[in-house]
Amino acid sequence: MEDVGSLAARVAAVWLALVLALIVVPSALGVSLGISEAYMRLLVRTLEWATIRMEKGNKKAQPQLLKTPVANGIIERDETTMEKEIAGLHRVDFEFSDIFYFCRKGFEAIVEDEVTQRFSSEELVSWNLLTRTNVNFHYVSLRLTVVWVVGVVVRYCFLLPLRFTLAAIGITSMIVGTTVVGQLPNSSVKSYLSELVHLTCSRILVRALSGTIHYHNKENKPQKGGICVANHTSPIDAIILTNDGCYAMVGQVHGGLMGVIQRATVKACPHVWFERSEVKDRHLVTKRLREHVADKSKLPILIFPEGTCINNTSVMMFKKGSFEIGGTIYPVAIKYDPQFGDAFWNSSKYNIVSYLLRIMTSWAIVCNVWYMPPMVRKEGEDAVQFANRVRSAIAQQGGLTELPWDGGLKRAKVKDTFREEQQKNYSKMLVRNGSIG
Amino acid sequence: AVSHSQITRLYSRFTSLDKGENGTLSREDFQRIPELAINPLGDRIINAFFSEGEDQVNFRGFMRTLAHFRPIEDNEKSKDQNGPEPLNSRSNKLHFAFRLYDLDKDDKISRDELLQVLRMMVGVNISDEQLGSIADRTIQEADQDGDSAISFAEFVKVLEKVDVEQKMSIRFLH
Repeated sequence: MEDVGSLAARVAAVWLALVLALIVVPSALGVSLGISEAYMRLLVRTLEWATIRMEKGNKKAQPQLLKTPVANGIIERDETTMEKEIAGLHRVDFEFSDIFYFCRKGFEAIVEDEVTQRFSSEELVSWNLLTRTNVNFHYVSLRLTVVWVVGVVVRYCFLLPLRFTLAAIGITSMIVGTTVVGQLPNSSVKSYLSELVHLTCSRILVRALSGTIHYHNKENKPQKGGICVANHTSPIDAIILTNDGCYAMVGQVHGGLMGVIQRATVKACPHVWFERSEVKDRHLVTKRLREHVADKSKLPILIFPEGTCINNTSVMMFKKGSFEIGGTIYPVAIKYDPQFGDAFWNSSKYNIVSYLLRIMTSWAIVCNVWYMPPMVRKEGEDAVQFANRVRSAIAQQGGLTELPWDGGLKRAKVKDTFREEQQKNYSKMLVRNGSIG
Repeated sequence: AVSHSQITRLYSRFTSLDKGENGTLSREDFQRIPELAINPLGDRIINAFFSEGEDQVNFRGFMRTLAHFRPIEDNEKSKDQNGPEPLNSRSNKLHFAFRLYDLDKDDKISRDELLQVLRMMVGVNISDEQLGSIADRTIQEADQDGDSAISFAEFVKVLEKVDVEQKMSIRFLH
């Protein structure tokens, strides 16, 4: 029994030493040993092979099917406007057939609507050998199944413990490091050390997710005294960005582990954490952020104006609050590659722990981050228009669609004003064409 | 017939709407779709899925109601010429629309029912008087047997020149 115990202890010690030497220390120094690059290359080759095998398998099963391009929708949406369809040429005012327009629109929305699909994970074009994405794919060949089984073993028995260890190391160092740095009096040394600690821990955490991040246009990186806005897909967005620079985070104070991290980090770096009661007071929030931005020596704030996680296929309405603060906005577009792992946090389906578990048992997190040129509010432009302008820029850069809908629709009901607008449009048609005054 | 992939997709849609995860949809599940919630006739459309007195619909019922919107050309592929009339025939599509107007299900559209549906479509933007005269004129033009109500036969006659197939169909991409 003792032999087993001491053997286990020795194995654990060796394991920990390897992890520290090969992963933690290089990431602290910002150096890469090339291990993750090799892993990614192997992964890409495997997935390409799997895709080819599946296509061959599909061709054998249904040879009469032509290779049609896979459309990203279920049905053909009819884009005829209400005006064109109802207010035709020979019209009096109301006709029984008017109902057909509303009817069809209603049924199209029932089968497939633009909004609710953004609150669940994107469907993949071809299977990436993860059980969770296996929606429409069938058994193809023995070799593919074997590869899948090997994948499961690798992910759960090797990658998961490794990533968990790294995450534990990363979070612990963050808490300890920032607490230590927080003891120092405010000075440039403190800021330097704080940035070092934040960067190092971010890098370790990114390794914990097997993250491969490509940063584009680094010359546009957010500067001090500015506001960085980005589209929101998951809580790891923050880690993705802090991997390459230091930001002052903005958010609500949480309990539990998150609360511990928040309390520790705010000692070292002026993050802006709000109490739950303060969050409701919009003026208070705006005032505090304005004070932060006015101080040009403070790090740029990081804000996600959508207010909730969206599935990375589109950018939804930006809340205007962030755009009323003033200052320079540095937009950032983040686009994840869903083939390697689904980064979207579906908070109504999974809690944070199962979400992190899913992330840690995916292949990897691959994403592109585009830093975009700074934007300021133009003369005569109000906060909403400014917000929409920034949103369009981000959507275009990231290759995402733009939706005017509010991300809050994930949980809340849609406002009646939209229905009233439709009723108004229809009424105009009746009155215009009719003989009634 | 509906293809396998279409059924799979619709089932996947059904389950994503089913927040309670009990295999049936309630009216609230439908109202969570923003584009449907803002549709002036949203409530009537949702109602079409539920049978008398029921407030849950299962996948079979869901598909049955959706079947009204399949394009008519799909029927040429089916060989069952002597079977019951398919749900997406022109006549059944018209009957579906008729039922949207016929609130009390007495197979007649009365002036009151037409007024109620019109009120749903125009909201507060047209006065009772104006709406009343629109309803009167519409019924007068369509009413053939002089009972001041529209039967299904009269409804069909009014819409005989309308391309019902095109307006009441949804095309699948695969």
